[in-house]
Amino acid sequence: MSAPSVVVLDYGSGNLRSAVRAVERAGAEVTLTGDLDTALEADGLLVPGVGAFEACMKGLRAIRGERIIARRLSGGRPVLGICVGMQILFDAGIEHGVATQGCGEWPGVVERLQAPIVPHMGWNTVDVPGDTRLFAGIEDERFYFVHSYGVRDWRLVTNDRTPDSHQPRVTWAETGSEPGTGDRFVAAVENGPLCATQFHPEKSGDAGAQLLRNWVQTL
Amino acid sequence: MSLAVRVIPCLDVDAGRVVKGINFKELRDAGDPVELARTYDAEGADELTFLDISASHEGRATTLEIVSATAEQVFIPLTVGGGIRSVEDVDRMLRAGADKIAVNTAALDRPDLIAEIADRFGNQVLVLSVDARRCVGEARTDSGFEVTTHGGRRSAGVDAIAWAARAAELGAGEILLNAMDADGTTDGFDLELIRAVRAEVTIPVIASGGAGAPEHFAPAVDAGADAVLAATVFHFGTLRIGEVKDALAAAGMPVR
Repeated sequence: MSAPSVVVLDYGSGNLRSAVRAVERAGAEVTLTGDLDTALEADGLLVPGVGAFEACMKGLRAIRGERIIARRLSGGRPVLGICVGMQILFDAGIEHGVATQGCGEWPGVVERLQAPIVPHMGWNTVDVPGDTRLFAGIEDERFYFVHSYGVRDWRLVTNDRTPDSHQPRVTWAETGSEPGTGDRFVAAVENGPLCATQFHPEKSGDAGAQLLRNWVQTL
Repeated sequence: MSLAVRVIPCLDVDAGRVVKGINFKELRDAGDPVELARTYDAEGADELTFLDISASHEGRATTLEIVSATAEQVFIPLTVGGGIRSVEDVDRMLRAGADKIAVNTAALDRPDLIAEIADRFGNQVLVLSVDARRCVGEARTDSGFEVTTHGGRRSAGVDAIAWAARAAELGAGEILLNAMDADGTTDGFDLELIRAVRAEVTIPVIASGGAGAPEHFAPAVDAGADAVLAATVFHFGTLRIGEVKDALAAAGMPVR
Protein backbone atom coordinates (compact mmCIF):
# COMPACT_ATOMS: atom_id res chain seq x y z
CA MET A 1 0.00 0.00 0.00
CA SER A 2 1.27 3.46 -0.82
CA ALA A 3 1.96 5.97 1.92
CA PRO A 4 -1.00 8.16 2.94
CA SER A 5 -0.93 11.71 1.55
CA VAL A 6 -0.89 14.65 3.95
CA VAL A 7 -1.20 18.34 3.13
CA VAL A 8 0.43 20.76 5.55
CA LEU A 9 -1.71 23.84 5.06
CA ASP A 10 0.38 26.86 4.06
CA TYR A 11 -1.44 30.09 4.92
CA GLY A 12 1.35 32.38 6.11
CA SER A 13 4.84 32.49 7.53
CA GLY A 14 6.40 30.57 10.39
CA ASN A 15 8.42 27.41 10.70
CA LEU A 16 6.55 24.94 8.49
CA ARG A 17 9.64 23.02 7.44
CA SER A 18 9.80 21.12 10.72
CA ALA A 19 6.15 20.10 10.46
CA VAL A 20 6.65 18.84 6.92
CA ARG A 21 9.77 16.88 7.83
CA ALA A 22 8.24 15.40 10.97
CA VAL A 23 5.14 14.14 9.14
CA GLU A 24 7.32 12.72 6.35
CA ARG A 25 9.30 10.90 8.99
CA ALA A 26 6.00 9.57 10.36
CA GLY A 27 5.43 7.77 7.04
CA ALA A 28 3.33 10.14 4.92
CA GLU A 29 3.77 11.74 1.50
CA VAL A 30 3.66 15.43 2.41
CA THR A 31 2.73 18.45 0.29
CA LEU A 32 3.04 22.00 1.63
CA THR A 33 0.33 24.04 -0.06
CA GLY A 34 -2.57 26.44 0.40
CA ASP A 35 -4.40 25.01 -2.61
CA LEU A 36 -8.02 24.17 -1.84
CA ASP A 37 -8.41 21.12 -4.07
CA THR A 38 -5.14 19.53 -3.01
CA ALA A 39 -6.06 20.09 0.64
CA LEU A 40 -9.51 18.55 0.13
CA GLU A 41 -8.17 15.49 -1.65
CA ALA A 42 -5.31 14.59 0.72
CA ASP A 43 -5.81 11.66 3.09
CA GLY A 44 -4.94 13.92 6.02
CA LEU A 45 -4.82 17.69 6.53
CA LEU A 46 -2.44 19.22 9.04
CA VAL A 47 -3.26 22.78 10.11
CA PRO A 48 -0.23 24.44 11.73
CA GLY A 49 -0.26 27.88 13.32
CA VAL A 50 1.97 30.25 15.26
CA GLY A 51 1.56 33.83 16.43
CA ALA A 52 -1.69 35.67 17.03
CA PHE A 53 -5.14 34.06 16.71
CA GLU A 54 -6.45 37.02 14.70
CA ALA A 55 -3.53 36.99 12.24
CA CYS A 56 -3.90 33.22 11.77
CA MET A 57 -7.66 33.49 11.09
CA LYS A 58 -7.00 36.25 8.60
CA GLY A 59 -4.44 34.10 6.78
CA LEU A 60 -6.71 31.06 6.93
CA ARG A 61 -9.72 32.94 5.54
CA ALA A 62 -7.63 34.35 2.69
CA ILE A 63 -7.25 30.81 1.33
CA ARG A 64 -10.77 29.75 2.46
CA GLY A 65 -9.09 27.44 4.93
CA GLU A 66 -12.05 27.33 7.31
CA ARG A 67 -14.16 25.92 4.45
CA ILE A 68 -11.52 23.32 3.61
CA ILE A 69 -11.59 22.18 7.24
CA ALA A 70 -15.40 22.13 7.44
CA ARG A 71 -15.82 20.23 4.16
CA ARG A 72 -13.26 17.64 5.10
CA LEU A 73 -14.92 17.06 8.46
CA SER A 74 -18.41 16.77 7.01
CA GLY A 75 -17.02 13.93 4.90
CA GLY A 76 -15.34 12.35 7.90
CA ARG A 77 -11.87 13.11 6.54
CA PRO A 78 -9.05 13.57 9.09
CA VAL A 79 -7.75 16.98 10.18
CA LEU A 80 -5.01 17.62 12.74
CA GLY A 81 -4.56 21.12 14.21
CA ILE A 82 -1.32 22.08 15.95
CA CYS A 83 -0.80 24.97 18.43
CA VAL A 84 -2.71 28.00 17.06
CA GLY A 85 -3.92 25.53 14.42
CA MET A 86 -5.79 23.87 17.30
CA GLN A 87 -6.98 27.15 18.82
CA ILE A 88 -8.64 28.39 15.61
CA LEU A 89 -10.85 25.27 15.60
CA PHE A 90 -12.80 26.73 18.54
CA ASP A 91 -15.57 29.38 18.44
CA ALA A 92 -13.41 32.40 19.23
CA GLY A 93 -10.11 33.73 20.47
CA ILE A 94 -9.91 36.64 22.92
CA GLU A 95 -6.72 38.68 22.71
CA HIS A 96 -6.30 42.01 24.50
CA GLY A 97 -10.04 42.02 25.21
CA VAL A 98 -10.98 41.68 21.53
CA ALA A 99 -12.75 38.53 20.33
CA THR A 100 -11.97 37.07 16.91
CA GLN A 101 -14.29 34.47 15.44
CA GLY A 102 -12.69 31.07 14.88
CA CYS A 103 -13.73 28.10 12.74
CA GLY A 104 -16.32 27.00 15.31
CA GLU A 105 -15.73 23.27 14.90
CA TRP A 106 -15.73 23.01 18.69
CA PRO A 107 -17.56 25.23 21.18
CA GLY A 108 -15.38 27.22 23.53
CA VAL A 109 -13.05 30.20 23.62
CA VAL A 110 -9.31 30.64 23.62
CA GLU A 111 -8.23 32.93 26.46
CA ARG A 112 -5.00 34.26 27.94
CA LEU A 113 -3.43 31.81 30.38
CA GLN A 114 -3.65 32.86 34.02
CA ALA A 115 -0.15 32.10 35.26
CA PRO A 116 2.73 34.00 36.88
CA ILE A 117 4.93 33.35 33.85
CA VAL A 118 3.53 33.59 30.32
CA PRO A 119 4.24 32.36 27.59
CA HIS A 120 3.92 28.79 28.89
CA MET A 121 7.13 27.56 27.32
CA GLY A 122 8.89 24.23 27.54
CA TRP A 123 8.41 20.50 28.09
CA ASN A 124 5.34 19.66 30.11
CA THR A 125 3.63 16.48 31.20
CA VAL A 126 0.08 15.77 30.02
CA ASP A 127 -2.93 14.05 31.56
CA VAL A 128 -4.13 11.61 28.88
CA PRO A 129 -7.52 9.85 29.12
CA GLY A 130 -7.55 6.11 28.50
CA ASP A 131 -8.14 4.60 25.10
CA THR A 132 -6.73 7.23 22.75
CA ARG A 133 -5.23 6.54 19.36
CA LEU A 134 -2.98 9.61 19.35
CA PHE A 135 -1.14 8.67 22.53
CA ALA A 136 -0.97 4.92 21.91
CA GLY A 137 2.40 3.60 23.07
CA ILE A 138 3.29 6.93 24.72
CA GLU A 139 3.49 6.92 28.49
CA ASP A 140 4.94 9.43 30.95
CA GLU A 141 6.39 11.55 28.16
CA ARG A 142 6.70 15.31 27.99
CA PHE A 143 5.71 17.49 25.02
CA TYR A 144 6.99 20.90 23.94
CA PHE A 145 4.57 23.80 24.42
CA VAL A 146 4.95 27.46 23.55
CA HIS A 147 1.79 29.58 23.83
CA SER A 148 0.22 32.39 25.83
CA TYR A 149 -3.43 31.46 25.26
CA GLY A 150 -5.39 28.30 25.81
CA VAL A 151 -8.81 26.63 26.06
CA ARG A 152 -9.69 26.27 29.73
CA ASP A 153 -13.23 24.84 29.33
CA TRP A 154 -14.26 21.84 27.23
CA ARG A 155 -17.90 22.39 26.26
CA LEU A 156 -18.78 19.94 23.48
CA VAL A 157 -22.11 18.26 24.20
CA THR A 158 -22.30 14.51 23.60
CA ASN A 159 -24.49 11.76 25.00
CA ASP A 160 -24.39 8.00 25.22
CA ARG A 161 -25.82 7.69 21.72
CA THR A 162 -22.68 9.36 20.32
CA PRO A 163 -20.66 6.54 18.72
CA ASP A 164 -17.67 5.61 20.84
CA SER A 165 -15.28 6.49 17.99
CA HIS A 166 -16.59 10.08 18.11
CA GLN A 167 -16.67 10.52 21.89
CA PRO A 168 -14.13 13.27 22.55
CA ARG A 169 -10.95 12.25 24.34
CA VAL A 170 -9.52 15.37 25.95
CA THR A 171 -5.95 15.56 27.23
CA TRP A 172 -5.16 18.28 29.78
CA ALA A 173 -2.05 20.08 30.97
CA GLU A 174 -1.34 22.85 33.43
CA THR A 175 1.12 25.70 33.73
CA GLY A 176 3.91 25.86 36.30
CA SER A 177 6.15 23.39 38.06
CA GLU A 178 4.05 22.68 41.15
CA PRO A 179 1.43 20.04 40.31
CA GLY A 180 -2.13 21.10 41.10
CA THR A 181 -1.35 24.84 41.34
CA GLY A 182 -1.23 25.94 37.70
CA ASP A 183 -3.80 27.04 35.12
CA ARG A 184 -5.39 23.97 33.51
CA PHE A 185 -5.94 23.96 29.75
CA VAL A 186 -6.70 21.60 26.86
CA ALA A 187 -3.45 20.00 25.62
CA ALA A 188 -4.94 17.71 22.97
CA VAL A 189 -8.29 16.50 21.63
CA GLU A 190 -9.26 13.42 19.68
CA ASN A 191 -12.81 13.64 18.35
CA GLY A 192 -13.62 11.36 15.41
CA PRO A 193 -11.84 12.76 12.32
CA LEU A 194 -10.80 15.95 14.12
CA CYS A 195 -7.67 15.84 16.27
CA ALA A 196 -5.59 18.67 17.70
CA THR A 197 -2.67 19.37 19.98
CA GLN A 198 -1.77 22.59 21.79
CA PHE A 199 1.82 21.37 22.00
CA HIS A 200 4.17 20.95 19.03
CA PRO A 201 4.56 17.22 18.24
CA GLU A 202 7.00 18.17 15.46
CA LYS A 203 9.26 19.70 18.14
CA SER A 204 8.69 17.09 20.83
CA GLY A 205 11.45 14.61 19.97
CA ASP A 206 10.63 10.89 20.05
CA ALA A 207 7.30 11.27 21.87
CA GLY A 208 6.10 13.74 19.25
CA ALA A 209 7.30 11.46 16.45
CA GLN A 210 5.28 8.59 17.92
CA LEU A 211 2.15 10.74 18.15
CA LEU A 212 2.50 11.81 14.51
CA ARG A 213 3.05 8.17 13.45
CA ASN A 214 -0.11 7.26 15.37
CA TRP A 215 -2.07 9.94 13.52
CA VAL A 216 -0.65 9.01 10.09
CA GLN A 217 -1.60 5.37 10.77
CA THR A 218 -5.26 6.39 11.14
CA LEU A 219 -5.29 7.86 7.60
CA MET B 1 1.82 17.63 35.92
CA SER B 2 4.75 19.96 35.79
CA LEU B 3 6.78 22.06 33.44
CA ALA B 4 10.40 20.94 33.24
CA VAL B 5 13.45 23.14 33.70
CA ARG B 6 15.03 23.44 30.26
CA VAL B 7 18.72 22.70 29.78
CA ILE B 8 20.03 24.40 26.64
CA PRO B 9 23.46 24.03 25.03
CA CYS B 10 24.58 27.02 22.96
CA LEU B 11 26.71 26.57 19.83
CA ASP B 12 28.78 29.44 18.44
CA VAL B 13 28.73 29.16 14.67
CA ASP B 14 31.17 31.01 12.39
CA ALA B 15 30.73 30.63 8.63
CA GLY B 16 29.01 27.28 9.03
CA ARG B 17 31.38 25.73 11.56
CA VAL B 18 31.04 25.42 15.31
CA VAL B 19 33.89 27.24 17.01
CA LYS B 20 35.39 26.89 20.50
CA GLY B 21 36.92 23.62 21.53
CA ILE B 22 34.83 20.52 21.28
CA ASN B 23 35.67 17.28 22.88
CA PHE B 24 33.12 14.62 22.06
CA LYS B 25 34.93 11.38 21.31
CA GLU B 26 32.04 9.92 19.34
CA LEU B 27 31.90 12.75 16.79
CA ARG B 28 33.58 12.28 13.45
CA ASP B 29 33.60 16.01 12.80
CA ALA B 30 33.28 18.10 15.93
CA GLY B 31 32.98 21.30 13.94
CA ASP B 32 29.84 20.20 12.09
CA PRO B 33 26.88 21.97 13.74
CA VAL B 34 24.35 19.44 12.50
CA GLU B 35 26.25 16.50 13.93
CA LEU B 36 26.79 18.32 17.20
CA ALA B 37 23.10 19.26 17.34
CA ARG B 38 22.21 15.60 16.89
CA THR B 39 24.57 14.60 19.67
CA TYR B 40 23.09 17.13 22.09
CA ASP B 41 19.58 16.02 21.14
CA ALA B 42 20.52 12.40 21.87
CA GLU B 43 21.94 13.49 25.24
CA GLY B 44 18.61 15.07 26.19
CA ALA B 45 19.04 18.77 25.37
CA ASP B 46 15.64 20.48 25.67
CA GLU B 47 16.39 23.12 23.04
CA LEU B 48 19.36 24.19 20.95
CA THR B 49 20.68 27.71 20.50
CA PHE B 50 22.90 28.69 17.57
CA LEU B 51 24.75 31.94 17.95
CA ASP B 52 25.98 33.18 14.58
CA ILE B 53 29.27 35.02 15.11
CA SER B 54 30.11 35.33 11.40
CA ALA B 55 31.41 38.75 10.46
CA SER B 56 30.77 38.43 6.72
CA HIS B 57 27.64 38.34 4.63
CA GLU B 58 28.71 34.99 3.15
CA GLY B 59 29.17 33.59 6.63
CA ARG B 60 25.60 34.52 7.52
CA ALA B 61 24.24 32.90 4.37
CA THR B 62 26.02 29.69 5.38
CA THR B 63 24.40 29.87 8.82
CA LEU B 64 21.01 29.85 7.13
CA GLU B 65 21.96 26.57 5.45
CA ILE B 66 23.08 25.14 8.79
CA VAL B 67 19.78 26.07 10.41
CA SER B 68 17.92 24.42 7.59
CA ALA B 69 20.00 21.23 7.70
CA THR B 70 19.60 21.02 11.49
CA ALA B 71 15.83 21.53 11.39
CA GLU B 72 15.57 18.68 8.88
CA GLN B 73 17.11 16.24 11.33
CA VAL B 74 16.67 17.44 14.90
CA PHE B 75 13.13 17.62 16.26
CA ILE B 76 13.53 19.88 19.26
CA PRO B 77 13.19 23.69 19.36
CA LEU B 78 15.93 25.68 17.67
CA THR B 79 16.81 29.29 18.52
CA VAL B 80 19.09 31.34 16.30
CA GLY B 81 20.77 34.58 17.28
CA GLY B 82 23.52 36.85 16.05
CA GLY B 83 23.26 39.52 13.38
CA ILE B 84 19.45 39.64 13.27
CA ARG B 85 18.61 43.25 12.38
CA SER B 86 15.21 43.27 10.68
CA VAL B 87 11.83 41.60 10.31
CA GLU B 88 13.12 40.21 6.99
CA ASP B 89 16.08 38.56 8.76
CA VAL B 90 13.63 36.92 11.16
CA ASP B 91 11.39 35.73 8.34
CA ARG B 92 14.36 34.14 6.55
CA MET B 93 15.47 32.31 9.70
CA LEU B 94 11.96 31.03 10.49
CA ARG B 95 11.50 29.82 6.92
CA ALA B 96 14.85 28.03 7.14
CA GLY B 97 13.52 26.12 10.15
CA ALA B 98 14.30 28.18 13.27
CA ASP B 99 11.59 28.28 15.94
CA LYS B 100 12.85 31.28 17.89
CA ILE B 101 15.07 34.24 17.10
CA ALA B 102 17.36 36.00 19.57
CA VAL B 103 17.97 39.72 19.10
CA ASN B 104 20.48 41.79 21.03
CA THR B 105 22.28 44.86 19.64
CA ALA B 106 19.75 45.65 16.93
CA ALA B 107 17.00 45.93 19.56
CA LEU B 108 19.16 48.25 21.66
CA ASP B 109 19.74 50.45 18.60
CA ARG B 110 16.05 50.45 17.75
CA PRO B 111 13.68 49.05 20.42
CA ASP B 112 10.71 49.21 18.03
CA LEU B 113 12.23 46.22 16.25
CA ILE B 114 10.95 44.10 19.17
CA ALA B 115 7.36 45.19 18.60
CA GLU B 116 7.67 44.79 14.82
CA ILE B 117 8.86 41.18 15.15
CA ALA B 118 6.30 40.31 17.82
CA ASP B 119 3.43 41.82 15.83
CA ARG B 120 4.33 39.89 12.72
CA PHE B 121 5.34 36.50 14.16
CA GLY B 122 4.01 36.46 17.72
CA ASN B 123 6.03 37.09 20.89
CA GLN B 124 6.82 33.39 21.29
CA VAL B 125 9.43 33.63 18.50
CA LEU B 126 11.33 36.50 20.07
CA VAL B 127 14.10 36.04 22.61
CA LEU B 128 15.72 39.22 23.89
CA SER B 129 19.39 38.54 24.58
CA VAL B 130 20.85 40.86 27.24
CA ASP B 131 24.58 41.01 28.07
CA ALA B 132 24.46 42.43 31.59
CA ARG B 133 27.08 43.29 34.21
CA ARG B 134 27.47 45.35 37.35
CA CYS B 135 28.14 48.99 36.56
CA VAL B 136 31.83 49.89 36.31
CA GLY B 137 33.64 53.23 36.14
CA GLU B 138 31.51 56.32 35.74
CA ALA B 139 28.38 54.42 34.70
CA ARG B 140 25.54 54.26 37.23
CA THR B 141 22.06 52.81 36.83
CA ASP B 142 19.15 52.49 39.26
CA SER B 143 19.52 48.72 39.52
CA GLY B 144 23.32 48.72 39.58
CA PHE B 145 23.35 46.51 36.46
CA GLU B 146 24.06 47.81 32.97
CA VAL B 147 23.77 46.47 29.44
CA THR B 148 26.99 45.91 27.53
CA THR B 149 27.75 45.47 23.83
CA HIS B 150 30.69 44.11 21.85
CA GLY B 151 30.96 40.97 23.92
CA GLY B 152 30.90 42.83 27.22
CA ARG B 153 33.63 45.30 26.33
CA ARG B 154 31.45 48.41 26.06
CA SER B 155 28.75 49.91 28.18
CA ALA B 156 25.52 50.67 26.36
CA GLY B 157 24.61 53.19 29.07
CA VAL B 158 21.32 51.39 29.74
CA ASP B 159 19.93 49.85 32.94
CA ALA B 160 19.88 46.09 32.32
CA ILE B 161 16.85 45.37 34.49
CA ALA B 162 14.80 48.24 33.09
CA TRP B 163 15.76 47.16 29.57
CA ALA B 164 14.57 43.59 30.17
CA ALA B 165 11.27 44.89 31.54
CA ARG B 166 10.80 47.28 28.62
CA ALA B 167 11.57 44.54 26.08
CA ALA B 168 8.96 42.31 27.70
CA GLU B 169 6.40 45.13 27.41
CA LEU B 170 7.33 45.67 23.76
CA GLY B 171 6.64 42.02 23.03
CA ALA B 172 9.69 39.85 23.76
CA GLY B 173 8.58 36.32 24.69
CA GLU B 174 11.65 35.37 26.67
CA ILE B 175 14.86 36.87 28.12
CA LEU B 176 18.25 35.27 27.52
CA LEU B 177 20.22 36.73 30.40
CA ASN B 178 23.97 36.61 29.86
CA ALA B 179 25.86 37.51 33.04
CA MET B 180 29.09 39.09 31.81
CA ASP B 181 30.65 39.19 35.31
CA ALA B 182 30.18 35.44 35.70
CA ASP B 183 30.86 34.44 32.10
CA GLY B 184 33.91 32.23 31.79
CA THR B 185 34.52 32.03 35.56
CA THR B 186 32.92 28.58 35.95
CA ASP B 187 32.15 29.72 39.53
CA GLY B 188 28.39 29.51 39.10
CA PHE B 189 25.55 31.65 37.78
CA ASP B 190 25.04 35.29 38.78
CA LEU B 191 22.15 34.70 41.16
CA GLU B 192 21.76 38.35 42.13
CA LEU B 193 21.28 39.31 38.48
CA ILE B 194 18.76 36.51 37.87
CA ARG B 195 16.75 37.56 40.96
CA ALA B 196 16.74 41.20 39.84
CA VAL B 197 15.38 40.36 36.38
CA ARG B 198 12.90 37.78 37.68
CA ALA B 199 11.42 40.41 40.00
CA GLU B 200 10.63 42.69 37.06
CA VAL B 201 9.46 40.41 34.23
CA THR B 202 6.71 37.78 33.86
CA ILE B 203 8.13 36.11 30.75
CA PRO B 204 10.53 33.12 30.93
CA VAL B 205 14.17 33.84 31.81
CA ILE B 206 17.09 31.75 30.51
CA ALA B 207 20.14 32.06 32.76
CA SER B 208 23.53 32.04 31.06
CA GLY B 209 27.12 32.59 32.15
CA GLY B 210 29.23 31.06 34.88
CA ALA B 211 28.20 27.40 34.91
CA GLY B 212 31.09 25.13 35.91
CA ALA B 213 29.65 22.26 37.92
CA PRO B 214 26.40 20.26 38.05
CA GLU B 215 25.47 21.80 41.41
CA HIS B 216 25.53 25.33 39.93
CA PHE B 217 22.26 24.90 38.03
CA ALA B 218 19.64 24.37 40.76
CA PRO B 219 20.46 27.68 42.54
CA ALA B 220 19.90 29.53 39.23
CA VAL B 221 16.44 27.98 39.03
CA ASP B 222 15.78 28.84 42.68
CA ALA B 223 16.75 32.42 41.87
CA GLY B 224 14.04 32.49 39.19
CA ALA B 225 15.45 31.05 35.97
CA ASP B 226 13.07 28.93 33.87
CA ALA B 227 15.88 27.54 31.75
CA VAL B 228 19.66 27.27 31.96
CA LEU B 229 22.08 27.72 29.09
CA ALA B 230 25.78 26.95 28.78
CA ALA B 231 28.28 26.71 25.96
CA THR B 232 31.90 25.98 26.87
CA VAL B 233 31.31 23.47 29.64
CA PHE B 234 29.19 21.36 27.33
CA HIS B 235 31.52 21.74 24.34
CA PHE B 236 34.61 20.72 26.27
CA GLY B 237 32.77 17.82 27.81
CA THR B 238 33.40 19.25 31.32
CA LEU B 239 29.69 18.72 31.89
CA ARG B 240 27.19 16.50 30.13
CA ILE B 241 23.52 17.41 29.72
CA GLY B 242 22.55 14.28 31.65
CA GLU B 243 24.69 15.22 34.65
CA VAL B 244 23.08 18.63 34.83
CA LYS B 245 19.62 17.10 34.71
CA ASP B 246 20.50 14.55 37.38
CA ALA B 247 21.68 17.37 39.65
CA LEU B 248 18.50 19.37 39.04
CA ALA B 249 16.34 16.31 39.70
CA ALA B 250 18.29 15.60 42.91
CA ALA B 251 17.43 19.15 44.01
CA GLY B 252 13.75 18.33 43.51
CA MET B 253 13.30 20.13 40.20
CA PRO B 254 11.30 18.67 37.31
CA VAL B 255 13.41 17.70 34.30
CA ARG B 256 12.62 15.92 31.08
